[in-house]
Amino acid sequence: MKIALFIPCYIDQFYPQVGIATYQLLTKLGCQVDFPLNQTCCGQPMANSGFSELTKGCDQNFVRNFKGFDYIVAPSGSCVLHVKEHLKDDQNPSEAQKIRDNIFELTEFLIDILRVKNLQSTFPYRVGMHNSCHGQRGLHLSSMSELMDSTFSKPEQLLKQVKGLQLLKPVRPDECCGFGGTFCVFEEAVSVKMGKDRIAEHAENEVEYITAGDVSCLMHLEGILKRQNSKVKTIHIAEILNHMA
Amino acid sequence: MKKVKEHAEAAADFIKDGPRTDWHDDTLWFVREKRDLAAHTLPEWEQLREWASQIKNHTLSNLDEYLKNFEINAQSNGVKIHWAANAAEHNKIVHKIIQDNNIQKIVKSKSMLTEECHLNEYLIQNGISVIDTDLGERIVQLRKEPPSHIVLPAIHLKKQDVSETFHRHLQTEKGNNDPQYLTEAARQHLRNHFVESELAITGVNFAVSETGGFVVCTNEGNADMGANTAKIHIACMGIEKIIPKAEHLSVFLRLLARSATGQPITTYSSHFNKPRPNQQMHIVIVDNGRSRQLGRADFRNSLKCIRCAACFNTCPVYRRSGGHSYHTAVAGPIGSILNPNLDMKANADLPFASTLCGSCSNVCPVKIDIHEQLWKWRQVIADEGYVTTSKKVGMQGMALVFANPKLYRILGSIGRKTMKLFPFLVNNKLNPWYKQRDMPEPPKESFRDWYKKQQK
Repeated sequence: MKIALFIPCYIDQFYPQVGIATYQLLTKLGCQVDFPLNQTCCGQPMANSGFSELTKGCDQNFVRNFKGFDYIVAPSGSCVLHVKEHLKDDQNPSEAQKIRDNIFELTEFLIDILRVKNLQSTFPYRVGMHNSCHGQRGLHLSSMSELMDSTFSKPEQLLKQVKGLQLLKPVRPDECCGFGGTFCVFEEAVSVKMGKDRIAEHAENEVEYITAGDVSCLMHLEGILKRQNSKVKTIHIAEILNHMA
Repeated sequence: MKKVKEHAEAAADFIKDGPRTDWHDDTLWFVREKRDLAAHTLPEWEQLREWASQIKNHTLSNLDEYLKNFEINAQSNGVKIHWAANAAEHNKIVHKIIQDNNIQKIVKSKSMLTEECHLNEYLIQNGISVIDTDLGERIVQLRKEPPSHIVLPAIHLKKQDVSETFHRHLQTEKGNNDPQYLTEAARQHLRNHFVESELAITGVNFAVSETGGFVVCTNEGNADMGANTAKIHIACMGIEKIIPKAEHLSVFLRLLARSATGQPITTYSSHFNKPRPNQQMHIVIVDNGRSRQLGRADFRNSLKCIRCAACFNTCPVYRRSGGHSYHTAVAGPIGSILNPNLDMKANADLPFASTLCGSCSNVCPVKIDIHEQLWKWRQVIADEGYVTTSKKVGMQGMALVFANPKLYRILGSIGRKTMKLFPFLVNNKLNPWYKQRDMPEPPKESFRDWYKKQQK
């Protein structure tokens, strides 16, 4: 099983510890993990701003790096969803399609492909779960409060295997944090208000950490928490799942 | 003319009043929760949504036939049908009926179409006043404001605001904020207008092609009060209000109120089929850009909308920015995919007033892929050149960097070092991120740097 690790650009640059945790976790679980060295970005920042026409070069670079693998795994629901929905390469359409079919967000890869049932990790803290929208509503990593379907959650299935972890849920279980890509700067006021409101609900639960499947949500929440001098910290789910006592 | 503020700026103004923003958010979230509870009582909820979606898809694909049949059937019931290509024609038709019959007293129940066409303003310019009879609409009408929500027009106002408005216009006691007292005052005030009215304008929720009849849903019964007392009834509808058969109401009426407010059904679901003896009944069927939208493959299914506003109530952006920040008759997520079709330049900001979280599409009772259409409108708007040059240049720069791995790595490394050495370059007022959020701490090495060391 040839697995490629896709570490989204801003994780590579600003949150390498999330990439490291993902790599170590997959390796511990017996995977052979490759990190194609010339990867950059999935192209989402341009496309979500209305400039999907500009992502050609970025898309081709993505296909060059990730073709030929059985699976591509990334610690980000949002970037994975973008690739699944929008990756195009006119010179290499079948490779692009294969990548779209074989790219997985980390928790869905752990649950659906590796079928992880016994994680050997420990994280003795009170943790609030933030459901990142693109992972949840786009990739269906968990059931959604709007739909009248049976409830499930792949991230929670994993967090429940972590020793010592106390999982706490906010009152509004799947409200957006307000990051929204370039929304966070072009609609700064609404974005920050949404983030503050999410944080307030988690603070009610006296959590020590807020976790999520997307670093982008966490980066936004972390920025607000730090400005508020809050004791609450953010941590990506890969870091928890990889955490040993 | 006053410059219309873009959504982001108007939203920032709205949020300045923190407690009111929280109240607005909580109030609409409460409505969303009522919707969830109501939907949970029906095991067949998701099936109903699918049926509603398919009935509407089918209808849109055969709209010409269903409209023609509706016209024939309504005419044979004694109803006069008028066709309006746009808002101006719609307003002229209504005006002419008023003039031809020498009417002075007009009441109108809620119709978002007449808001879209700015009928009230047009009639006022022609010396004719209309009394809005929906309580929320009457409140905003007295305040000379547009509705901020298509189902709850005055949801941006608190009872104190209503009290002040009624004190000024209806001479209620100053400072009496008792909702029952205020509602009673509105009832007495409106009662006179109903009794005196000569002409009633209503909207249409569903127009049934096979019968030529139509259904108007209200909670206050104000449409009925108007239509059943006045000697002329004008019903205004967009071409997309058609459903093929009366039996399809059993799908839509079950979905509409549950999605809108969490009620099993609206208090009044009134079926109008033909005029009473000596009454005139008119239906104005309006296009106003709808056939253009029908021709846009990516956006046509926005015409499935039944105006329940579930997408407003669930939208985390709408709840925190208020309806007026959308500067259009229909606000919220659905408005953001309908309004660019009406005026792309004026409404170019709206598809960007969303985080694309997708909650709107999930609550939509007719399964409109709202958040995907928001994304698609962004592409059209950028293509047509309705984004700022600085944004465009920024995106071009980004595209260049991400297509070039070496350049990406060099700039990433320089960026992180610069942030470490000169944090004030990013931690300043010009950076909107930094205004209320700290920047991430730049690490010494990238993930790639770490990975390469591991491989040695």
